[in-house]
Amino acid sequence: MDTFMLARLQFAANISFHILFPTITIALCWFLVFFHLRHRATRGTPQAAGWEQAYYFWTKVFALTFALGVVSGITMSFQFGTNWPGYMERAGNIAGPLLGYEVLTAFFLEATFLGIMLFGRGRVSERVHLVATLMVALGTTLSAFWILSLNSWMQTPAGYEIIDGQFHAVDWWAIVFNPSFPYRLGHKLLASALTAGFLIAGVSAWQLLKGTATEGTRKALRTAVTAVAVVIPLQIFMGDLHGLNTLEHQPAKIAAIEGIWHTERGAPLTLFGLPNEKEGRTDYALQIPKAASLVLAHDANAELKGLNEFPGAHPPVAPVFWGFRVMVGVGMLMLAVAWWGAFTLYRRRGRDASTWPRPLLWTLVGMTFSGWVATLAGWYVTEIGRQPYLVYGLLKTADAVAPHPPAMLMGTLVAYLTVYVLLLAAYIGVIKYMAEHSTMPTPAVRPPAPQPQIQTL
Amino acid sequence: MEQLTLATALPLAFMAIMGLALLAYVVLDGYDLGVGILLPFATDAEKDVMVSSIGPFWDANETWLVLGVGVLLVAFPMAQGVVLSALYLPVTVMLLGLVLRGVAFDFRVKARDAHKATWNRIFAGGSLVTALAQGWMLGAYVTGFQDDLWGWLFAAGIALTLPAAYALLGAGWLLMKAEGDLQRKAAAWGRRVLWPMGLALVAISVATPLVSATVRAKWFVLPELFVLLPIPLACAAAFWAIRHVLRTPRVVEAGYGWIVFGGMVLIFVLAFFGLAYSLYPYIVIDRITVWQAASATESLVVIALGVALTLPVIIVYTIFMYRVFWGKARTLTYGL
Repeated sequence: MDTFMLARLQFAANISFHILFPTITIALCWFLVFFHLRHRATRGTPQAAGWEQAYYFWTKVFALTFALGVVSGITMSFQFGTNWPGYMERAGNIAGPLLGYEVLTAFFLEATFLGIMLFGRGRVSERVHLVATLMVALGTTLSAFWILSLNSWMQTPAGYEIIDGQFHAVDWWAIVFNPSFPYRLGHKLLASALTAGFLIAGVSAWQLLKGTATEGTRKALRTAVTAVAVVIPLQIFMGDLHGLNTLEHQPAKIAAIEGIWHTERGAPLTLFGLPNEKEGRTDYALQIPKAASLVLAHDANAELKGLNEFPGAHPPVAPVFWGFRVMVGVGMLMLAVAWWGAFTLYRRRGRDASTWPRPLLWTLVGMTFSGWVATLAGWYVTEIGRQPYLVYGLLKTADAVAPHPPAMLMGTLVAYLTVYVLLLAAYIGVIKYMAEHSTMPTPAVRPPAPQPQIQTL
Repeated sequence: MEQLTLATALPLAFMAIMGLALLAYVVLDGYDLGVGILLPFATDAEKDVMVSSIGPFWDANETWLVLGVGVLLVAFPMAQGVVLSALYLPVTVMLLGLVLRGVAFDFRVKARDAHKATWNRIFAGGSLVTALAQGWMLGAYVTGFQDDLWGWLFAAGIALTLPAAYALLGAGWLLMKAEGDLQRKAAAWGRRVLWPMGLALVAISVATPLVSATVRAKWFVLPELFVLLPIPLACAAAFWAIRHVLRTPRVVEAGYGWIVFGGMVLIFVLAFFGLAYSLYPYIVIDRITVWQAASATESLVVIALGVALTLPVIIVYTIFMYRVFWGKARTLTYGL
C-alpha cells in the first residue's frame, strides 16, 4: 500500500476509535445531570437512594469512557500535523480558530470540572457539585459544537476566499454556521443520546438478568428506554433533513449512497445490491421503482444526478453504499426495540422492571453497543462520501498528505491498531465486570468528609 | 521587524502563548508523569494514595498539551508540518504512552483485582515512555532536527534527563500530598534522582551551545553573558535548596516539602526562558521564523480574542479546582 492510503487508514483508525467514546460521553453526562437533579428533587424520600445509585454507577462508566476519549483525542490533534500538514497549510486560517475555540471553551472546562464532578464529593457543597456536573456536560456539548462546525465546513465550505492557494476567512458567521452544520450537529447529538441510551439500557438489562440490579438499575433503565423511544423518531426525521441537505450540496455523495450510476428521472430506490464500480452498475439490485426520486426530491419523476456527472470527483461507491444501509438498518432496529421497551414500560407502569419479559431484556443486551455501529457507519458515509476531497470541491485529500515512508506508517498503524483492539476489549470487559460487581458504598463505609465545604464558586 | 504592528506582534504573542502552554504542560503533567514513573517503587497501599493525589488533576493537565500543539497547528501552519513530520516517530511513541497511562489510571480501580497489578505496570510504563519520548522531541527540536550522530546523542541525552526531572517533580508533589512513610519514601526517591538529573542538566547546558552555533553566538557575547548569568545561578540555587530539603527530614516535617516542588518549577521556568532566548526569533531554529510560519493576521485576531476572553476564566477555575483538592491526598471515591 502507498503512503496516501496508509495515512488515510491511520487517520480512519484513530478517529474511529476516538469517536466511540465522545459519542457516549456527550449524552451520558446529560443523563448524569438528570440523575443528579432527580436525586435532589426526591431527597428525603425512598426514591433518592435509587437515583444516587444510578448516578454513582454511571459516573464510574463516564470516568472510564471520558479518559479513553481524552487520550484518543490527543492523538487526533497530533495527527493533523504529523500526517496531514497540507491541511493546516492551506486551510489553517479557517480550521485554526475553530479548533482553538474548541480547546479554549470546551476542553479545559470539561477536564477541570471533571475532577470536581468525580472526586469532589464531601469537598464541595452539593450545589457546586451539580454545577460541576453541568459544566462537564456543557463542555462535552460545546466540544461537539466546534468540531462539527469544522467538519461541516470541510463538507460544505462557506464564508471564505482563496488567495494564493490559501483559504482566508471572510465571514465567520457563515463559516461556523455553514450550510450542513445545523443538520450534522443535530444528527450527532441525537446519535449520542441514542448511543448512551442504549448503553444504559443494555447494561441495566444485563444487571437485571444477572441478578445484580439495584433500585438504581431500574431507574436508569426506565430513564434510558424513555429517552431512546423519544429520540429515535426525531433522529430519523433529522437524518432525512440531513440527507436532503447533502443532496443540495454534495450530490455525488447521495449518488454513491443510492447507487445511482447515471443521471435519471424517476430514479429507483435500491434497497440492496452489490455495487460494481468497474462496470458502473449495481449487481443483483433489489429496487423500488421511482422511490429514490420520491424520497429525495419528494417527486416521483424528479431527476437525480448520477455518478457519471462527477468523473474522477466522486467517492468510492461500495463503502458509502454499505455504510448507509448499515446505519439505516441499525436505526430501524433501534426504533423497533425502543418502542417495544416503551410499550412494555407503559403496560407495566408501577411494576418492577425485573418483571419485564426476558426476550426484551436480552434484546436490549444485544443492542448495548448498537449506537457505536450506527455512529461509525454514519461517519464512514459522510467522510468517505466527501472523497476525493478534504475540503469539498476545493482541496484534494491527496494534496495534504505528508510524504512519510510507507513502512513507517504501516508500523505505527499496526501499533495503534494493537493498542486499540486491546483497549476496546478491556473497556467492554470492565463495563461487564462493573455491571456484575457494582457495589454502592453504604453510608457506614463511606469515607468521612472532614474538609470544610466550599460553598460558593 | 522594523516597527511593531498587529502583523508583527501577533505571531510573537502566539509564540509566547504556545511556549507558556507547553511550559504549563511540562510542569503540570510533569508531576503526574513523575508520580507515574515512581509508582513501581511503592507498596500497593501507597500506590493508591499516589494515584489519588493526581486523580482530579491529570485530565486538565494534559489539556495544556492539546493547547500547546493546538496553537502550533492553528497559529503556525507553515511550521507545524515541518515540526510534527520530523517528530513523527517520537510523537507516535508519546501518544501511545499517553493513551496507555491515561486509561490504565481508570482501569486499575475498575477492573477485577487480579488485573490491578498489570494496569499499575501499564500506568508506570506509559508514564516513563511518554517522558522519554517528550525528552527526545525536545532534544530533536532544539537542534533543528539535526539528523547526525551529535543530533541523535543530544536528543538521547535529553530523553534520559526529562524522566529524571519529572520523577523529582513528582517526588516534590508527593512531599506536599503524602504523609508518613510515603512522604519519607518520596524524599528518598528524590535524593536518588537529584544528582543524576543535576549533572545531566549541566551536561545539556554545555552541549547546547556546542551543537548549535546560533545558540553559541547568542549566549557567549558581552554584555549579554552578564545579563544572562542569573539564569544558571538561580538554577544552581534552586538545586541546592532542593538538595537541602531532601536531605533534612525535619524541614519536610515542618511543612517545607513544597520547596522541592517549587525549586523544580523554578528550574523548568528558567530553562524555558533560556531556551526561548536561544531560539528567538525562530520557530524552527535557523530555518523558519515565527513570522514566516504564522497564520493570516485576521485569523490570529480571532483566536487572540478567544484566548483573551477564555484564558483568564480557565486560570480562575483551575485555581478553584486546586483549592478544592488542597491538602493531603486521601483515597478517592466517586458519588454524590
